[in-house]
Amino acid sequence: MTVYLVRRLIQALFVVLAMSLIVFVGVYAIGDPVEILISPDADQIERERAVKALGLDLPLWEQYLVFLGNAVQGNLGRSFVFNEPALKLILQRMPATLELAFGATFLALLVGLPLGLYAGLRPNAQASKTIMAGSILGFSLPTFWVGLMLIMVFAVQLGWLPSTGRGETCSVLGFVGITSCSSGMQWSFLTWDGLAHMTMPTVNLALFKISLVIRLTRAGVRETMLMDYVKFARAKGLSPARVTFVHVFKNIMIPVVTVVGLELGSTIAFSVVTESVFAWPGMGKLIIDSINVLDRPVIVAYLMIIVLMFITINLVVDLTYSMLDPRVRLENKGT
Amino acid sequence: MSQVVIDGAAPPAAPVQAKVETPLRRFVSEFCESKIALFGLVVITTIALIAIFAPWIAPQNPYDLAQLDIMDGRMEPGTVGGAGFTYWLGTDDQGRDMMSGIMYGLRISLTVGAGSALVACIIGASLGLLAAYVGGRTDTVIMRLVDLQLSFPSILVALMILAFLGKGVTNVVIALVIVEWAYYARTVRGTALVERRREYIEAAQCLALPTHRILFRHLLPNCLPPLIVIATMQVARAIALEATLSFLGLGVPITEPSLGLLIANGYEYMLSGKYWISFYPGIALLITIVSINLVGDQLRDVLNPRLKK
Amino acid sequence: MATPTLEVRNLRTHFFTRAGVVKAVDDVSFSIERGKVLGLVGESGSGKTVTGFSVLGLVDPPGRIVGGSILFQGRDLAKMSEAEMRDLRGNRIAMIFQDPMMTLNPVLRVDTQMIETVLAHKKVSREEARQRARDTLGMVGIPSPDERLKSYPHQFSGGMRQRVAIAIALLHEPDLIVADEPTTALDVTIQGQILAEVQKLASTTGTALIWITHDLSVVAGLADDIAVMYAGRIVEQGAVSEVLDAPLHPYTYGLIGSVPSRNKRGEPLRQIPGMTPSLLNIQPGCAFRTRCPRPTQACLVEPEIRELAPGRDVRCFHPMSEPAERAA
Repeated sequence: MTVYLVRRLIQALFVVLAMSLIVFVGVYAIGDPVEILISPDADQIERERAVKALGLDLPLWEQYLVFLGNAVQGNLGRSFVFNEPALKLILQRMPATLELAFGATFLALLVGLPLGLYAGLRPNAQASKTIMAGSILGFSLPTFWVGLMLIMVFAVQLGWLPSTGRGETCSVLGFVGITSCSSGMQWSFLTWDGLAHMTMPTVNLALFKISLVIRLTRAGVRETMLMDYVKFARAKGLSPARVTFVHVFKNIMIPVVTVVGLELGSTIAFSVVTESVFAWPGMGKLIIDSINVLDRPVIVAYLMIIVLMFITINLVVDLTYSMLDPRVRLENKGT
Repeated sequence: MSQVVIDGAAPPAAPVQAKVETPLRRFVSEFCESKIALFGLVVITTIALIAIFAPWIAPQNPYDLAQLDIMDGRMEPGTVGGAGFTYWLGTDDQGRDMMSGIMYGLRISLTVGAGSALVACIIGASLGLLAAYVGGRTDTVIMRLVDLQLSFPSILVALMILAFLGKGVTNVVIALVIVEWAYYARTVRGTALVERRREYIEAAQCLALPTHRILFRHLLPNCLPPLIVIATMQVARAIALEATLSFLGLGVPITEPSLGLLIANGYEYMLSGKYWISFYPGIALLITIVSINLVGDQLRDVLNPRLKK
Repeated sequence: MATPTLEVRNLRTHFFTRAGVVKAVDDVSFSIERGKVLGLVGESGSGKTVTGFSVLGLVDPPGRIVGGSILFQGRDLAKMSEAEMRDLRGNRIAMIFQDPMMTLNPVLRVDTQMIETVLAHKKVSREEARQRARDTLGMVGIPSPDERLKSYPHQFSGGMRQRVAIAIALLHEPDLIVADEPTTALDVTIQGQILAEVQKLASTTGTALIWITHDLSVVAGLADDIAVMYAGRIVEQGAVSEVLDAPLHPYTYGLIGSVPSRNKRGEPLRQIPGMTPSLLNIQPGCAFRTRCPRPTQACLVEPEIRELAPGRDVRCFHPMSEPAERAA
C-alpha cells in the first residue's frame, strides 16, 4: 500500500512537472501580453519599465525557472489585470466552483441511480424507454443553451429564481495552511438566498452527469443481471430486493463510483460554461476572462491548480476503487 | 473438451433456409428495428442536405453585410422585413434573418464537427492499430499519451489549446482533433488487440504481406464496428464542443457565426424577452446532436455482440 | 412405493424470441426418488440446463414454462407463486452451477454469501448462521473454514469455489439438488473428489440429485438412472446399467460409441455425423432423423415415447435392440 502510494505520488510529481512545462511554454510563447496590457499611447520608456516589472524581458527558459521556483513557494505570479497574486485570485473563487461541482455530482447520483436501476431492471417497460430517451436528450443538450433556456423560463418569464450571481454567501474559515486565503471561504449553499442562486446553475451542470449515471447504471445492471452469480443468488432463494440491492448494486457501484469520481474533475472544468452563463463568480468565469485578455499568470495558475486537483481526484478514486473491488490488489501493483 | 462433443464434419442435412441472411442485410434490418433511430437517420440526412444547399435555399446570405439591414434588427418571428420577405424565425441585432443564419451556421457546425472527427479518426485509428500491432514500447508510448489526454476533460484541453493558439476556425478544428484522437486510438487498439491474435492475422503474416497491408486491409476492417459507433458519437460531441467554444467567445469569428455564436449573440437580449435569437439556433443544434446520437445509440446496440443473445 | 421426490410430467419450456419460438424443453417427463441420482445427459443445446432451471422456476423471459407439471413432493411447482417458489429455492431445492468462477459474487465475502442464504430461510441469529456456514464448509472438505469464510471468492481455486457453491447448496439439507455440469470446469482429480463426496451425501441424507452433464463416464459412475435428451426431448431413459449396456435409441448408441475407453483403444471412435439441430426450426418428424444411421419413412412422423420394458422408455420407431430379445 505504502509502496503503491509513494509510486503514485512520484508519478504525479512528474505529471505536474510536465504539465507545468507544457502550460508555461504554451502560454508564454504564444501571444504577446505587452501589446494587450500596456496602453498603445505609452512611450518607449514606460513600455520598457512595464516589461521589466513583469519580467517579460528575460529569456524564456529563465522565465520558466523563475516561475518554477516561485511556484514551489506557492507563488504563481501576479495577475496582469488585477495586480494580485494569481493563486489568491483562484483560491478566492474556488469555493464557488466547488460547491457547484459537488452539488451537481450529488444531484446526478440522487436522480441518476434510481432511474438507471429501474431502466436496467425493466428494459422493456415504457417508463424505461422514456428514461433512456431522456438520457439521450441530456447527453445531447448543449449545456450553455439549456442554461439560457433555464434563465428564460425560470428567471425572465416565471421570475422564480435569480438569474445570475451567487447571492448571499456565508463565510466559513478556510484551510489553515493556505495563507493567501486566510480571510475565509464564501459559501452560497449555507444561506437560502445563496441556495436559490445555486439551483439553476447546479441543475444545469448536473444535466449531463444525470444522463451519464443513468446510462452507466442501466448498462451495469443489464450486464450484471446476466451473470451466473445473480442467477445463483436467486437460486439460493434470496428476495429480489436483496439480489438487486446487494448482489447487483454492489457490483455496479464499482464502475459508477469510478466514473463519477473521475467525472468530478470534468465537472469542475465544465463549470466554465455554466459559470459564464449564470455569471457565477467561480474559477471558470475567471479563466475565460483571463484567456480573453491573455492574463497569462492567471491562466497558468488555473491550469496548475486544475492539474493538481485532477491528480488528487484520480488518486482518491483509485483508492476507493480498490476498497470497492476486492479483486484489485494495490500491493501487487506497487511491487 | 469432453468425450461426447460431436465433430461438426460435413453437415449433410443442415436445415435449408429460405433466405440467406448476409451480415449487411441483418445489420440493416436490425438497425431499422428501432423506429426512432431510423427517424434520427432521416432527420440528420435532411439537416446535412439543408447545410450543403444553404446558399441556394436560404432567403439571405447572412455573411454578406450588404444584404443586412440594421433597421430590421431584433424583429419578431413572422415579421416582414425591409427586403420584402418574411423573417420566419425573426432577426438578430444586426438584422440578420435567423433562418438563413441557422442554415449557414449549420454548415459551419457540421463541417467543423465532421471534419475534425474525420481527421481525428484517421490519426487515432492509425495510432491505435500501430500500438496494438507493434506492441512493446510503441504501444506504451502511444497509450500513455492516450491516458494523459483522456484524464483531462475535453473542454479543458480545448480551452488550453485555444489559449495557446488563439481563436479561429482552424484552431478550433485543431483543438477538436487533439481532444478526440485519443478516443479512436483507445477503441481501435482495444479491438485490434483481440483481433490480432486471430488466425487470419497469423495467416497474413505467414504470407509475408507488408505490414501496412496487414494493418489496413486485414486488421482495420475487423475493427470497424466499434470505430463506426465511436465516430458517430464523436461527431455529435465535436459539434457540441465547437458550439460551446464559440459561445464562450473562443471559437469562430463573429463575421461567420456558427450556431454557438448565434446563441451567444442572443444572450444579452434574452433578459428582455427576445428569446428567438438564442432559442432557434439552439433548437437546430439540439436536433442535430440528438439525431446523431439516436443513430449512434442504435448502431452501438446492433454492433455490440455482448448484448446479443 | 412412496411419492417420488420429484416428478416432472410433460414439461414444456419455450423461448419466445424475435426469430421465433424456441422449444428448448418439449414434452419432458421423468421422476426421481429419495436418495437417488438421475443423470440428465445430452449435448449442448439439448435443453438439459433449461430443464434444470424450469425445476427451480428460474426461467427468464423471453422463456417460460408453457405446459406440464413439476410435482415436488406432490406439490406442483409450475403453479406456485413466486413467493412460494422462493421459499423452496435454496431451502428444499438447491442448484449448483457449471462454472464455479462465475457463481460466486466477486465483490461479496464468502461468509456474506453463505449467511444470507441461511437467513433467507431460517430465523436464526447471525452468529448461528455463521456457525452453520462454517460447519457446512468443513463438511465439503474445506480446510480452516473460519479463515476461509472471511475470504473473497477470487482467493479460492476453481475446485475450492465449487466446494463453496456445493456447501451453499447444502446449507439447508435440501431434498433435491439440481447440479448443472458442476464438475465440467474442474480438473479430473478434483472432479473425482467432488463426485465421491456428492455420492456419499446423497446416500446418507436422502437428498435426490439431478446431475446434468454431457459426460457419460460421470453418469456411469454416479447415477442410478439416466435420461438422454436430444433437441429438447427425452429420447431414452432407464436404469444406468441397462441404458449404457444396451442402448435402445440410436442417439444413445452413438453417444456411447463416441466415448473413448480403454478396451477400445486403437479402434476408431464412432462419431455421430452432423450437428444438433437448431431448436428454432425443428422439422416435423423425429429430430434425430437427419443424423440417424437408419432412418425410414416412418421417422417423418414424430415418434411418441413408449415403454419397451418396465422402466425402459425410448422415443424411436426402430430401437437398436429389443430388451426382451436380449433377455432371451
